Amino acid sequence: MIGEGIHSSNQRRHTYVEDEVPVGFFTDPTLCIGCKACEVACKEWNHVPADNIGWTGHSYDNTTTLGASTWRHVMFLEQPKQRGHQIAGTLNNGDHDPSRWLFLSDVCKHCETAGCLESCPTGAIVRTETEAVFVQNEVCNGCGYCVVSCPFGVIDRRDAKLPDKGGAFKCTFCYDRQASGLTPACAKVCPTESIRFGPLADMREEAANRVRQLQRDGYDDAQLYDPVDTSVKGIHALFLLLGKPEDYKLPPHPEVPTLYLKAAYGSMIATAIAAAAFALCAFAFM
Amino acid sequence: MHQPHGTDFETRLDQLRREAREKGRVGDAGTHAAGGPMPNPSSSNNAFGYFGLPFLKPPVWEWMIPVYFFIGGIAGMSGLVAVGALIKNEFDLARVAMWSAAIGAIISIILLTADLGRPMRFIYMLRVFKYQSPMSLGSWILSAFSTFAVPGLVFTEWQIHSSIPIVHALAIIGIIGSAVFGVFLATYTGALIGVTTIPAWNAHRAILPFHFGMAGLGAAVAIPILLGFPEPALSSIFFFAAGAETLVQIYLTFRRHGAVDAALHHGKPGWVMRIGETFSGPLPLILAGLNVWFPAAIIFLLGALLARFGWLAAGRTSACDPESLLASERGAQPAAESKVPYVINPSIASFGSMNKSQR
Repeated sequence: MIGEGIHSSNQRRHTYVEDEVPVGFFTDPTLCIGCKACEVACKEWNHVPADNIGWTGHSYDNTTTLGASTWRHVMFLEQPKQRGHQIAGTLNNGDHDPSRWLFLSDVCKHCETAGCLESCPTGAIVRTETEAVFVQNEVCNGCGYCVVSCPFGVIDRRDAKLPDKGGAFKCTFCYDRQASGLTPACAKVCPTESIRFGPLADMREEAANRVRQLQRDGYDDAQLYDPVDTSVKGIHALFLLLGKPEDYKLPPHPEVPTLYLKAAYGSMIATAIAAAAFALCAFAFM
Repeated sequence: MHQPHGTDFETRLDQLRREAREKGRVGDAGTHAAGGPMPNPSSSNNAFGYFGLPFLKPPVWEWMIPVYFFIGGIAGMSGLVAVGALIKNEFDLARVAMWSAAIGAIISIILLTADLGRPMRFIYMLRVFKYQSPMSLGSWILSAFSTFAVPGLVFTEWQIHSSIPIVHALAIIGIIGSAVFGVFLATYTGALIGVTTIPAWNAHRAILPFHFGMAGLGAAVAIPILLGFPEPALSSIFFFAAGAETLVQIYLTFRRHGAVDAALHHGKPGWVMRIGETFSGPLPLILAGLNVWFPAAIIFLLGALLARFGWLAAGRTSACDPESLLASERGAQPAAESKVPYVINPSIASFGSMNKSQR
């Protein structure tokens, strides 16, 4: 937490990889100042190429989405809602028009049951010692099936014009840093510790406390985004949200596509048998 | 909402400057929260979610994939036609079917390899076998099918000029193996796109393998029909496939899922689908009924190919449409929470009045 200084789990060295401790991020938009240092630190450390960003004209968010070359993305939201118990000034006409400006640093969720990992036909996507979901660039052949299997629209195939073209890329949870006992670059650099890093159990506890604290302070719509009751079975990048998940481009009920396997394979086998039976009978009896 | 690139954004900047000059403020998406300079991302301009941006990533696949779905379907079901021809001792028909199967298998592998981001690593598909990944299952099915179909064709051609019994046996093994794996090659492609997060696709996960399989079956018999084989079994299979495709079209037209599969019915993908399905369903059925087989077969092939492109285009549209995803996820929730149109923040009004009373 803030005030812990070098004793914060964001700053001290750790042995989570050696000890096989499940780790997690906890991202808190009420602390985020929208500086985008996490986006920059991520790009610098991981040598992620520049993406061809333009001018959206709708907010300071010109990154717009996570992708093959964007592993952290800071969202800018303005909501017509009061900030906790704080009462803002009135407009010229005397109306009270509450407003709050929120930023949330989005990242790969590192799902407990990951759509990309389940669907990867080469085995390039694996789970690490810390239960993160990791794409082995040396193995990925760029089939693109993970892209349509991610319920959060995170992973993408890299454009032909960029370095390492054709492979699927997403957040690595800074596996290389973690293996050496360092914090992921985004959490390390976050000036307000809006991005927290540590053992998943600690993060869950910290997040629950923070939600309670905010609700006490009048943020009545503060909630934790951790879809444990869906087929995703929980995520390793927890988000505190003010308002609904869909306002933050997070699906309210993410489902892993393997949920649909039974119906699809059932139909496949039934069709195969029906086609064979009809065709062979047609030849045999006509 | 599309994001301008390159010189586009200068134009966009000029637009915003003009708007600022004329109106005194800039409102990209409509309303302003607290009269602030920024538009409200979620409740303005009927945008869903975060500025109406996609929740999901659209498929990265290009034209090779729908063409592969079409060719793979023909190749796979041709194995079945070859076995049928063997039952009836129609060796010429078996030969034609095996040519379709073997050439189709080779073209399929070329198409799939060309669509990979890193084509040199095609063989990595066979590093592991994962039944829970239709892509992995399909790669193994295609490999097994090719292993039977290509040598199967060689032995089928060889046994004409040869009296060695083993050649005949190998030809028969090749043909039967092609049929066994072929029926799955023609149907797994439906599971491949059904088992994804894209709402318009996974809503039809149970119908897609049937749809693709029947299109493959019809297309596989369309080829010997075009070549003029007067086999009554071929025409009855053609009737069966075209009839099944007609039922699929009726189902898709009348059993709609609202915003979830809107992409199948509206806009450009909707028209490609409609034309493709009509050409591979009711139209060839009528033409075959009128006993004009040549146009019926041509139109069926064309329709089956078009419909594959339609499915891919609809998948792209559906993935980029936040409304489609939110409607799909609401379907999984209790009905009480279903609200159309979707209200992002219904409590704004009451909250405003509460503040007034506080003051």
